[in-house]
Amino acid sequence: MSEEPRETPARVQRVPEPSGVPAVELRGVTRSYADQVAVRELSLRVGEGEFFSVLGPSGSGKTTLLRMVAGFEDPDGGAILLGGRDVVGVPAYRRDVNTVFQSYALFPHLSVWDNVAYGLRRLGLRRAELRTRVGDYLELVQLAGYGRRRPHQLSGGQQQRVAIARALARRPRVLLLDEPLAALDAQLRAQLRVELTRIQREVGTTFLYVTHDQEEALVLSHRLAVLRAGRVEQVGTPADVYERPASRFVAEFIRSSTTGGSNVLEGTVRTVTTAGDVATVEVAVGEGSVLAELPPNRALRRGQPVAVAVRPEKARLYAGEDAGPPSGWSRVPVRLRDTVYTGAATEHLVEVVGAPGALLTVFTQNTRRAGEAEPGGGPVLAGWEPRFSVLLDDDPSGDASSEPSGAARPPAAETGLTPGSAPDPVGVTARSDVR
Amino acid sequence: MGGMTRGGTGRSLAGWAALAPAGLWLGAFFVVPVALVAQYSFATRDLGIARVVLPWTLDAYRLALDPAVLPIFWRTAAYSLSATLACLVIGLPLAWFVARHAGRWRLVLLGAVLVPFWASHLARVYAWKALLAEDGPVNRVLGLVGLDRPGGLLLTDAAVVVGLTYGYLPFMVLPLYVVCRRFDPRLLEASYDLGHGRFGTFFRVVLPGLAPGVVAGSLLVLVPSVGDFVTPALLGGVNQLTFGGVIDDQFRGGNNWPLGSALAVLLLATVAVLWVARGRRAREVL
Repeated sequence: MSEEPRETPARVQRVPEPSGVPAVELRGVTRSYADQVAVRELSLRVGEGEFFSVLGPSGSGKTTLLRMVAGFEDPDGGAILLGGRDVVGVPAYRRDVNTVFQSYALFPHLSVWDNVAYGLRRLGLRRAELRTRVGDYLELVQLAGYGRRRPHQLSGGQQQRVAIARALARRPRVLLLDEPLAALDAQLRAQLRVELTRIQREVGTTFLYVTHDQEEALVLSHRLAVLRAGRVEQVGTPADVYERPASRFVAEFIRSSTTGGSNVLEGTVRTVTTAGDVATVEVAVGEGSVLAELPPNRALRRGQPVAVAVRPEKARLYAGEDAGPPSGWSRVPVRLRDTVYTGAATEHLVEVVGAPGALLTVFTQNTRRAGEAEPGGGPVLAGWEPRFSVLLDDDPSGDASSEPSGAARPPAAETGLTPGSAPDPVGVTARSDVR
Repeated sequence: MGGMTRGGTGRSLAGWAALAPAGLWLGAFFVVPVALVAQYSFATRDLGIARVVLPWTLDAYRLALDPAVLPIFWRTAAYSLSATLACLVIGLPLAWFVARHAGRWRLVLLGAVLVPFWASHLARVYAWKALLAEDGPVNRVLGLVGLDRPGGLLLTDAAVVVGLTYGYLPFMVLPLYVVCRRFDPRLLEASYDLGHGRFGTFFRVVLPGLAPGVVAGSLLVLVPSVGDFVTPALLGGVNQLTFGGVIDDQFRGGNNWPLGSALAVLLLATVAVLWVARGRRAREVL
């Protein structure tokens, strides 16, 4: 039940409320190879008509997950439901799903037209119907007029569009996409990203999209699941996952692509103050103090080590003591380590004074001309509002096998929220000086 | 193979020089003999001695195209086509298995396919003669189920086809192995994904994918088995006479070099037509 807040319904303006029977449901699915568990006790629900992404680093089991839904592999345990029907053991050619492969896997001996028609051959369509159907889907992917060409006469982007048309032409309940953009260059990738969104909106088919590219997942999805070592770490809308990472792993995986900073700071709890119904915790990090809102169901002790994350665009840099962050904000003395100009923004990599190795990336929008009013080489201050600090659970990143491998727990249970279980909660004090 | 030599455009002088030895070899041992044979085919038979004399005529061709030769032509075609088909049926699963499922045994198995080439063709045909004889193992095993044949299996059409199939199987396996290695297994998954079962996938995706190898292998088996005169001569009898046998007879027994040459030229022309017609995709392999 505690997963409800994280299973946020998809954005209403883009997709109808997923209701009724989920298009895809995985229940406690496990799959292992020789000595390695690829997917463990994984449960997931994808609503009808949703654009759902599975995001994870390589080896997190996302492709295995997709292949099991497609029917290329069977799970060792658990159930895979398509439209409420368990399909474990049903061969791929009898499943109401189609796949867009990373390598396109177009049939080289067939024309574009015949490639799209290939999946329709067994459907018993009349000749005229077949012709219209193929034409419609070639048009959908903007390749009308390319029917006679062979796959090798097309560019990579065009080939991938044929693959999408071929898979969609069967009008499957779910379209599975296995890193479909990974083989394309950055510009084409961006273009096809827009295309995919349009196509999904037009056909309304459920898309189950596997990727290791966080940006892709954020841009494309209504909801996404972050996978780690064969398990779901967090499920939510892109905003949820980005702004409120449920775990340290999620916070670190979805990070700045340029400077690569994870923006997770280690500190110790200094005080907890309550004003009204908002509890604020002050965390000492090096010489700075980070303020965060304490979730109502979490308790912290004084002196307890804790990790805090802040998204790089939420933090700001200040030149010095006379121009620091407003009171009531996090205030962290930092030293500038590196500056990367990325066009729209400048990324500053800073190190927290007094906490060697604690790095922070701060984005500054380049609303002024470059070179104007840039922080100098000296010590500066970083600051941000308490609501932008995300208190991460104690789960240390890395070893996932230390987690108890019990029944298929809802993802939120792994975030380690322990309502009122701390033995020595810091007493409610008067609003202390946050400086 | 052909694609590689054609690939280089604007070859330098040094490049041509490097090709000279091969060119000389081909000229001396291929072009000149073939030209001689072609020339002989228009000459007149010299009675008594094994040589040709003038005048130039078309008599040899008139004889070669005589309806009496036709049954031999058809028989040759039937033998070599049967052998080709048999090689395909045996070679395709073999090549697929070696190429895709043999793992580290791949090269060992591929070598095993080639081992028979180390023995002389003639010796291997004689081995089959022993195998198929009346008291040979094949006839005895057939005898266990009452299918043995008095006089053994020699002197039959089947014996010739078996001999040709055995002799040229490696020629089929090698190009098939190449296309099987090259075949993208993800196409199988794509086909299953698009609703086709194993049967449909084999005929719609696998076979077309392997087509260049099938055509190349078939040509490599068909061409030598059409010209082979040793196998039919040793495993067959008078009723198993083939085109190659007839040509052999003209040169060795019949002393009719012009007729033999004319038959050889016709055979060469047929093969050349097949070669040219082998298709663009087969050219990628052969």
